[in-house]
Amino acid sequence: MKSRVKDYIYSPQYECLSRSEMQALQSERLVKLVKRVYDNVAVYRAKMDAIKLKPEDIRSVDDLYKLPFTTKQDLRNNYPFGMLCAPKEEIVRLHASSGTTGKLTVVGYSQNDLDVWAECVCRALGMAGVTKEDTVHVAYGYGLFTGGLGLHDGATKMGATVVPASSGNTKRQLSLLRDFGATAIACTPSYAIYLGTEMENNGISVDELKLKVGIFGAEPWSDNMRKEIERTLNIDALDIYGLSEISGPGVAMECMAKNGSHVQEDHFIPEIVDPVTLEPLPYGEKGELVFTTITKTGQPLVRYRTRDITSLNAEKCSCGRTTVRMNKVLGRNDDMLIIRGVNVFPSQIEAAIMNVSGVAPHYMIYVDRVDNLDVMEIHVEVNESISSDTVGSLEALRKKIESEIHSYLGISARVRLVEPNTVQRSEGKAVRVIDKRKI
Amino acid sequence: MLVKQLSVFMENKPGRLYKLTNALGKEGLDFVTLSIADTKDYGIVRFIARDNDKAYEVLKNAGFAVEQTSLIGVEVPDVPNALAEVIGLLEKEDINIEYLYSFVLTNYNTAKILLKVEETDKAIKLFEGKGIKLLSEKIL
Repeated sequence: MKSRVKDYIYSPQYECLSRSEMQALQSERLVKLVKRVYDNVAVYRAKMDAIKLKPEDIRSVDDLYKLPFTTKQDLRNNYPFGMLCAPKEEIVRLHASSGTTGKLTVVGYSQNDLDVWAECVCRALGMAGVTKEDTVHVAYGYGLFTGGLGLHDGATKMGATVVPASSGNTKRQLSLLRDFGATAIACTPSYAIYLGTEMENNGISVDELKLKVGIFGAEPWSDNMRKEIERTLNIDALDIYGLSEISGPGVAMECMAKNGSHVQEDHFIPEIVDPVTLEPLPYGEKGELVFTTITKTGQPLVRYRTRDITSLNAEKCSCGRTTVRMNKVLGRNDDMLIIRGVNVFPSQIEAAIMNVSGVAPHYMIYVDRVDNLDVMEIHVEVNESISSDTVGSLEALRKKIESEIHSYLGISARVRLVEPNTVQRSEGKAVRVIDKRKI
Repeated sequence: MLVKQLSVFMENKPGRLYKLTNALGKEGLDFVTLSIADTKDYGIVRFIARDNDKAYEVLKNAGFAVEQTSLIGVEVPDVPNALAEVIGLLEKEDINIEYLYSFVLTNYNTAKILLKVEETDKAIKLFEGKGIKLLSEKIL
């Protein structure tokens, strides 16, 4: 396939700085950030006081390691607005992502934060060769999830024509793609695969589409998926990374070299730390990705632990950008799963199972990827007093669990009943998930 | 008038049935009947032991998902169409059979049919009215 993408650098004044220039800029912004959060966020003041760290102790990025970490639990503990750094009247947008026990992780954005985010998405669009001449079809969900509005605001700032299709209704998506002549599409990679397979069923040929490029994220995906998408949709497929706590999509984005995602490190300082000791690790080593948002004002975060496992690469990229690249995310070090783009916690599954009588709170979640689609099978132990006499009553039990899980998580899973005392018991933290996906 | 039976939930995996039969065999419990219903993932092992109460205790203690159920047992001559006649009676009264199995005792030239139906009392009255010989646990 011959690429039709003409990529360009949207903000060379920030994307092509030398290492020392970048560190000087980061240092200046970090010092201001630390003072800002110490003065305005009780949580940070308490964390820093606890280790007798004063804002003036942070003089450059070299002092970053002295700062305390922030975790998802901090956001939950201070639900919904305890982590805000700006007065409520300066908050112009709230996004949220699903949590373990129904409690959402909330992120408040100031106008400055939305501007930073849109700037980052514009840089990402530049990597995908998108200009104001283009039509961008956004098939990420619009709503509390950052995917839809993130791409929307960035592409609008760019001046491109935006089609806010949101997710679902594949038949209509395909007609819109054809009729409006979108040149770029943004959605989850698994949905891109699905669009490719559904084209034929809907009598639409790839030749009728004008798509050149796809910006895909919100779930891990493999190079094989990339090849499959590029072949079926006849486009270049690029990976966009983001998480709502930090900003949303655009925190990092793959350029046409397709060899790691450039982190917008003038806004988000990335670090890799050992997930156990939390000691910082040098570039190249695998560990947990940590971000400090140095330009946000609404809800900036200091050393936020993403739980994503990856490594960083500071080598110069063939595209000309000097920003550090993060390699593909290899996994997560907590128990959160991303299934078909949806965040799933074993505890949610447990809550669904516990709504059904006749089963024990012992289960094992098996995740696999079949034909590029995530599938989940859950083995649930029956308890010793179930009505085990007829297939009808056992099937009713199985179906009941499946429907509970569907209503809790919004995605379907296959349930398999297993005998009492057969799910492996472990001392300490139970192993609940076996992820067989090969990304 | 009902025959007690035990039902055990069992995964459809090698070694499971041995575990069950061995647990009972070790305790000197033997089977009078045994039947298995299977699905792709799991099966239901239904059986009557010589000493059902003890078998129930043994399996409970060994951690099996075991349930006691009551079946209707009838005895018919071991001749063609005998089973059909019994089933025909239930059908006429619109009584649904959940499951059924039968066995033959060659010494007596009779066949015994064990049935689980949705309306047990109605079925028993029906059989009694028609003079069909019902089994109790003792007769087995």
